[in-house]
Amino acid sequence: MAELKMKEESVMNEAVSTQTEQQNQKSGIVQSSRPVFEAKDFNLWYGDNHALQNINLTFSENEISAIIGPSGCGKSTFIKSLNRMVELVPVVRTEGDIVYRDQNIFDKSLTVEELRTKVGMVFQKPNPFPKSIYDNVAYGARVHGIRKKKVLDEIVEKSLRGAAIWDEVKDRLNANAYGLSGGQQQRICIARALAIEPDVILMDEPTSALDPISTTKIEDLMQELKEKYSIIVVTHNMQQAARISDKTAFFYQGYVVEHDDTKVIFENPKDKRTEDYVSGRFG
Amino acid sequence: MQLVDKDQVAKSLSGRLLFNKSMKFLFLLCTMVGLVVLVTLIVDTVLDGWDHLTWDFLTSFSSSRPESAGIYGAIIGSIWLMAVTAPVAIILSVGTALYLEEYAPKNKVTNFITVNISNLAGVPSVVFGLLGLTIFVRQLSLGNSVMAAGLTLALMIMPVIVVAAQEAIRAVPGSVREASIGMGATKWQTVSRIILPAAIPGIITGVILALSRAIGETAPLVVIGVPVSLLVTPNSVFDTFQALPMQIYNWVKMPQEEFQYLTAAGIIILLLILFLMNSVAIFIRNKYSKRF
Repeated sequence: MAELKMKEESVMNEAVSTQTEQQNQKSGIVQSSRPVFEAKDFNLWYGDNHALQNINLTFSENEISAIIGPSGCGKSTFIKSLNRMVELVPVVRTEGDIVYRDQNIFDKSLTVEELRTKVGMVFQKPNPFPKSIYDNVAYGARVHGIRKKKVLDEIVEKSLRGAAIWDEVKDRLNANAYGLSGGQQQRICIARALAIEPDVILMDEPTSALDPISTTKIEDLMQELKEKYSIIVVTHNMQQAARISDKTAFFYQGYVVEHDDTKVIFENPKDKRTEDYVSGRFG
Repeated sequence: MQLVDKDQVAKSLSGRLLFNKSMKFLFLLCTMVGLVVLVTLIVDTVLDGWDHLTWDFLTSFSSSRPESAGIYGAIIGSIWLMAVTAPVAIILSVGTALYLEEYAPKNKVTNFITVNISNLAGVPSVVFGLLGLTIFVRQLSLGNSVMAAGLTLALMIMPVIVVAAQEAIRAVPGSVREASIGMGATKWQTVSRIILPAAIPGIITGVILALSRAIGETAPLVVIGVPVSLLVTPNSVFDTFQALPMQIYNWVKMPQEEFQYLTAAGIIILLLILFLMNSVAIFIRNKYSKRF
């Protein structure tokens, strides 16, 4: 039932947006795509440590948004707030709203399980389960009640293809995922996240533990994925942010200093601190 | 200026290497002491008991005449006892460990409980016997039945399994836990599909150690009043029974020399059952063993 309702809503939303698009086309304004995530005056504390302060950010559909900033600036904390993984830390307290597709993620009507089904996550270190490649990718589907072997087979193949690793592993789907290289493991983790067909994919420094070749593969993959998904990526690597992202947010000491098109952030930043950081003067 | 005197370095080299080697032999010696004692005990027991390990011995009930005394009742009784102890102890302990590690809030109370569970593991078994006597035998009127003794032993070995299970659960990397939760899996799905399978080898190791202790335990059974001589095997968990360690303990007290050989034979049987239990457990452990 709930699903049906959501579908209806999204159809309605689409209708509305096409309408506005048409209007905009008439008036000649280029409309950017709809927002998926909106943080509104979002604050977060670890105990007494005020880690995120008045964050106001909007992320749009089918874009890669990069979050950059020096260590300890709160960028990982922020991305983990988006799927409420940050609450695994017992002393966390939040204030303000994060809206995902018109729904406040802290609202009681949205369970964390539901949210995390729609907002997938890829972690810093490849973290496959100690299971076969097949079982790793099928995990999400199984958790959500899909049991039919045929459907699972399809999901696994589609997801592995989506993560650009199908050709490398198709002959050993029953091998333990731990036997793969770090870069392959990370792509298995991406496939695993794709398998539940999320709406948004959060990536917390997905390439920081990988060699350059694997990094390139994953960056190329992200470009393909943004056709279908919205991607928010935290990265330590500024060249990476410049290469792959459409929008970039610069975090510093728990604040968003600047959020703009990646081109602007890297070539013509408005804030002195952003300029210093992207030009490598600190951080 | 040269701070490191090369001559000094060269001089001290042979001494260091000699010490290095001698430490290795010292540790080998430590290992050998234990091994030699163990082998001596086993060989001595087997030599004493081997001739008495006959089919009649295995299939006869206890008797006051050594030539017709057997161990049948004690074997069957000990199997009944383990059939109660093992499931009760495993379910209670793994449940406790999962609650403490995965569900309980990380605060002082949880910490206090965890520390005291480790302390419970050091409580003498005779104390658990008294507890069993008070609660199960008298309060719950279970008498000296399989159930009363089984529950007592289960409580006795619980701390050992809880501690082992907690360690095994804690050893599952947080990253795979996050991966599962991050995909919208519930806590229970994460526990049952990721954490438990990964923790099973460690849990089984704790279970092996604990059950090995339980099957050889005598003191609580003495306190509960498990009979040393009985001519029937139990039909249900509420019947009274005999147990291997009680039987061995009884024989070793006997004045006739013949009984000493029966004691040895009984010990061999107990060791064989232990060996069998451990093999099954190791098999399960290897089957589930997964590396991170």
